[in-house]
Parts: sequence; structure tokens; C-alpha cells
Amino acid sequence: MTTDRQRTRAVLLRAAVCTLLAVGATFVLDDYRNYQLAVVAAVFCATAGLTLLVGLTGQLSLGHAVLMAAGGYGYALTATPAADAGLGGPARFALGIAGALVLAGAVGLLLGLAGARLKGPYLAGLTLALVIALPAITTQVPVLGGAAGVGAPFEGVPDGLRGVVGVEQWHAWIAVLVAAVAVTPLALLRSGRAGLRMRAVHGDETAARLAGISPARVKTGAFVAGALSAGLGGAVLAVVTQSVSPGAYDLAYSLLLLVAVVVGGLGSIGGAAVGAALVVLVPWLIDTVVTGVGLPADLEQRLAGNAAVLVFGALLVAVTVVWPGGLSHALGGRVSSLTHRLRPGRKVPRTLTER
Amino acid sequence: MRTTTTRRTRARAIAALGAAALVLPLAACGGTDEASPGVSAETITIGTHQPLSGPAAAGYSSISAATQAYFDHVNAQGGVHGRQIEYLVKNDGYNPATTQTVVRELVQQDEVFAILNGLGTPTHSAVLDFLNQNEVPDLFVSSGSTAWNDPEEYPYTFGYNADYHVEGSALGQYAADEHADSSVCVLGQDDDYGETFLEGVQIALGEDGVTATETYDTSNQDVTAQIGALQAAGCEVVMLATVNGFTALAVGTAAQMGFMPTWMAASAGGDYPTLTGFLGEAAPQLLQGFVSVNYLPFSPDSDWVELFTSINEEYNDGAPFDGNTVFGMSVGYAFVEALTRAGEDPTRESLVEALESGEVTGNGIAPLAYSADDHGGYDTVGITTVVDGVQDFVGTTYRLDGDTVSTAEPSAPPVEGEGVPAE
Repeated sequence: MTTDRQRTRAVLLRAAVCTLLAVGATFVLDDYRNYQLAVVAAVFCATAGLTLLVGLTGQLSLGHAVLMAAGGYGYALTATPAADAGLGGPARFALGIAGALVLAGAVGLLLGLAGARLKGPYLAGLTLALVIALPAITTQVPVLGGAAGVGAPFEGVPDGLRGVVGVEQWHAWIAVLVAAVAVTPLALLRSGRAGLRMRAVHGDETAARLAGISPARVKTGAFVAGALSAGLGGAVLAVVTQSVSPGAYDLAYSLLLLVAVVVGGLGSIGGAAVGAALVVLVPWLIDTVVTGVGLPADLEQRLAGNAAVLVFGALLVAVTVVWPGGLSHALGGRVSSLTHRLRPGRKVPRTLTER
Repeated sequence: MRTTTTRRTRARAIAALGAAALVLPLAACGGTDEASPGVSAETITIGTHQPLSGPAAAGYSSISAATQAYFDHVNAQGGVHGRQIEYLVKNDGYNPATTQTVVRELVQQDEVFAILNGLGTPTHSAVLDFLNQNEVPDLFVSSGSTAWNDPEEYPYTFGYNADYHVEGSALGQYAADEHADSSVCVLGQDDDYGETFLEGVQIALGEDGVTATETYDTSNQDVTAQIGALQAAGCEVVMLATVNGFTALAVGTAAQMGFMPTWMAASAGGDYPTLTGFLGEAAPQLLQGFVSVNYLPFSPDSDWVELFTSINEEYNDGAPFDGNTVFGMSVGYAFVEALTRAGEDPTRESLVEALESGEVTGNGIAPLAYSADDHGGYDTVGITTVVDGVQDFVGTTYRLDGDTVSTAEPSAPPVEGEGVPAE
């Protein structure tokens, strides 16, 4: 038997190791790889929340990108006035993050309240409508800057570290640390009592209610937790790219996040990380291959931008057929069977989808 | 007892791993040689972001192909200072977020020497800071926004197009000269394009010289309400700050409603061959007398058009020849000119210096207006009209200097040396 405290410690330790490894990795990677690492970390914030939402409470959100967008706009709309007022450094960054959390949290709360009342396709429909409406909303609300979006202040390398770390590396650090702060609570939630309640609600709402659990509260809570995390991801993207625009968070991107968590393994934080890496690396790999092969110009033109979607679709089909638990389950299965052999008697937490 | 030892060993292992991860790469960060990125003994690599897919692709995806064809032509003549030009075209789907990714890829992974002709106001705005922070020459941005002309804030960015102030003021002045006492109205895109163009018209006609203004959003393919409002306001001249697709939509919708004003369009939405593609057989009738502006050689009898047509046949598989073709090849010409003047071993600084020296003139109807404190591009445009299905200059040319619109003399440079700029 593992106690709550031991479990918490294990999660924190794993988070610390992963963070340290990621920060260490920034020294080995070149500028562009560091930029990609930062984007992966930002996407990880969103997929980690989404995987809990879909995998544990069974709420299907097709508009998760909107929560990222809310975080991005929240960051930009607070950090930019702060920059104009002459505020800089950690204070401005903290203010921006607070803005991101407030806006993303508010949108998440509204969706969560709806989510507690709407089931399955209706919730999916609502979130779908939201993501489709995003460009219209940004066009109609003047401060959101229309299709061009809004800018976010540039976070340069602090004086003490200049010369030691590059801008991209610094941004990767920020991204990795924010991702650690965003995802660790989700991992704790998942492995603790809250995770148990979410599984109970997903399994059978009536039974859960009989056991004294409020399904509405659990579902709303899961939505807010996922939204806060996604909002932090959006804020990180705003820092890294210095802008937020509706085009970055369209329906295709939302669906990509969903595909990523399914391919990675529903309900698994590791799976969310794998999925986040796929979202960033697959389009880039395809682009590199397509341009490297030397195809005729018009075929290359037609493939650019479309091939990635095709590959994701094929990947989704292949993974669900071969490893229904997702890539993390397929990879993790080997690792955990190994650790099982080394440390007998230790129980691995199971998600509903792993049955 | 056993657990503490394992924990301690684990902690030590982690500490060692962390230290290794932090220290090892530091050693690898040692000095690199400072050769100009993208320049090798045989090649010079530059890149661009273009909408090859998505909503803007139909209007603009042919530009980079034309530029590529021109570079193929130059490369076939031996390149510039013995170097072949490699032009990397990345698709951004006209999405600012994708632009940021592909431009980083070009700069940080492909290590291009410069970015040439990045297309679009919202898309290019997203990478403006990035390019200037990294001191990458950002030449000939493919957009008429006035944002590119800010040498103090953005020393590496150079515009190319006549900006929307120049175009708006020229059309405003032409309306005042040729259609005096007509009521002038403006239909514009609801962004920087429409707003800046309107300001330009007002430079020529005064704040209250415009009878009515309407705007449209590119996500809504219906301009009936706007055209109806312009008709009701009694507009006799309607100026369009529209992209080609919406120019065709506006003209077609108005014709259906029996509204036949004199149309005057900015160059981004006034390319007759492209409009014909949208309007089909009705184009010559609907667009008779259609006024637009241009700053590049476009007359059917121009030597430049003849040269570009032959390059288009040879290196571009004979793709349809339109304003985009001339634009793409002219951008290539101006770049080769700048690169030639940047010296035998060009650096990013020498390229910027060459442009700021004012020696790079381009092949437009007036020389490019670059100097140390002006990165704007063309400040002179000629008026074109469509007569019997042929779009050509009418000979009237306007120049905007500050807030003053004046007539100017067109002076396109002659074609020399197979269209490859010499020293």
C-alpha cells in the first residue's frame, strides 16, 4: 500500500527530475530546437489538462484551443499595459501570468458549469461552437485586435545571465518552468482523491452521487483545472512568440490537441507529453521530408500544410487499432513491467481507459 | 534503513545527472566562426513566407514562383558575384502563428542570409520584432502597410510596395483632377489596409472630402449591405481598398443592383488579369473604365514585360502572366541589385548599407526611395485604366512627399544585360 504522502512525493520527484532534464536539455539544443522545446512545453500544459478532462471525467472538449487563446490574450492584455507603464522583469511577467489565469479560469468556469449540465455531444457541440466563433469574437471586440491579434512584450534574457544563455534558451526555461507549475498540480489531482472522484463520476454518476460525490462539482472542477493549465500554455506561447492571434487557435488546432491526447494515451500525463511533442514535431518533420525529397513544386505546394493533417489522421487510426491505450501505454508498458520486476508489490495507478 | 540508502543513492544519481546536463553543453557552447549566415563560396540562401494554401493562396501564391523563376534566370547567367541564389519558400497559410514558426525555421535552422518579400500585413507583423532583434535583413515586405517604414525602430526592415497612403492619395488626387464635383466614397477592408488607404484619400481630398465609407470583413463573402449603402449615399466614384476577390465581388454585386459608379482600386485589388479570373467573360464589360494604380512596368509594350514574359515561359512553365508575375520578378530584380551593390563578400550590414545608400533603384516607373531615414519603397505611382479589356497607364503619375501630392514624371530604367543588374 502506498500512502497519500508517498504518492505525492513520487509525483513531485518525477516532476523535479523531468524539469531538470528539460532545462539541462536546453544547453544541448540549438536555437530552433529550443524554440520547439518551448512550444512543446506550452502545448503540454494544454494536453495535460485535456487528457484529464476527457480521460478521467469523460467530458469531450473540442474547443480546448480557445482556453489557450484566453490565456494568451489574458497575458498580452495585462503585460502590454504593464510594459507601457514602464514595468519590467519578473513583476510584469507575474502580472501577465495572473491575467492569463484569470481570463482562462473564467472561460473554463463558464464551460465547466455548462459541462456539468450538458452531456456528450451537447458539450462537444458547445465547445465546437466556441472555437469556431473565436475569430468573430476577436474581430468584434476592439481590444483583441481582429485577425492580426495583439502583441505581447518581449522578455529578454536578464542581465545576470546574458552571454550565458540565449534568448530562445531563456524562453525555453520559462516555458519548462511554467509547464512544471501547470502540470504538477494536475498530476497530483490525478493520483489523489480528486482523481478517484473523477473516475467515479465517469464510471457511474448515480453511484458516485450515492457515495456522496457531487458530479457537477467534480466536472466543473476538472474543467477549471484544465482551463488554468491550458491558459498557462497560451501565456507561454504569447511570451515565446510575442503575439496572440485567433489564427493560432483554430478548429484544426483544437482537434490536433484532442488527437494528441488520444494518440499519447487518454488519461495519462506522460501520454499528454508525448502528444504535445507530436503536435510540434510531426508537421516540422513532414515539411523537412517534403522539401528534402525534391518533389515537383506544385505537388510540394499542395502537400504543405495538408500532409500533417493526413499523417495525424493515419496515426490516430493506427494507434487506436494497435495500442488502444495510446503510445504512452505501449512504451510505458515495457518500462512498468521492468520496474515491476525490480520492485514487486508496487501498484501502478490505472485509468478507466486502461481497462 | 534500506529505503534511506536507496533514496540517497537516487538523490545522488539525480544530482550527478543534473550537473552533467548543466555542465557538459556549456563546454560545447564555445566560439563559432562569424561568417555571414547563408553565404557560402557557391551559394547565397534567402527565404520567404508566403500563403501557398488557405484563403489568400488563390490571389498571391504565384508571386514566389515568379521570383524563383527570375532567380533561375539570374543563376543561369552565373548568379551574383559567382554565387547561385537559393530561395526557400515556406508556406504560412496566411496565418500569423504559422508565420512565426516558419520564419524561425528559416532564420535559426536554415540560417538564411535575409528574408525577402514576406507576404501580408498581419502575418509579417508577427515576425517584425523577431527579425530585427536577430538583425536579419527583412527586405521588400509584400504589403502596403506604412508599418515597415520605421528605420529607428526596425533598422533591418524595408518596405517595397507603394504604401496605402501613397496609393490612396494618388487616387484621391486623380478623382479631384478628373472627376471634380463627383461624390467620392470608400469601401475598405476592416483592418490596417482599409484605414490607411482612407487616410491617404483624405490627404488628397481633405477630412470631409469623402461622402461615405463602408468596410467589409474577409470572413463574410457578402457585400450587398455595403454596396446598397454606397448606392443610397449617391456615390459617383467608389474607391476600393480591397483584395482582388473582394474587388470582383463588389463590382459584380453593384452591377446586379444596377449601380455603376466609377471604380478606383488600390493596386492590391486592381490587377485586371486576376479580376478576369474571378469575373469571367463579363469582365471587359464590368471593368470598362476601371481605374487603379501601379508602380511597376505593366504596359503591354514595355521591354520589362517582354523580358519577364520570356523568363516566365522558360523558367515558370508558362504560368499565367499577371500583375503577380511582374511583382515577383521585380522584387527579385531589386534584390539582385541590392546584393550586387553589397560587395564581393556580402554581409547583412553591407546589404542594409547598400539599400540605405539609395543606389538600389529597382525597375519601377520611378526609383525606389530608400535612404538612411526612409525605408518605405515606392513613393510614386501611375494611374492605370482598363480600356476594351486592356489595362495600361494613362500617363498620369503622382508622388506623395509628406502630406503633399504632386504630379511626377515616370522614368522606368531601360532593360540592360538580359535583365540582370550590373555593378
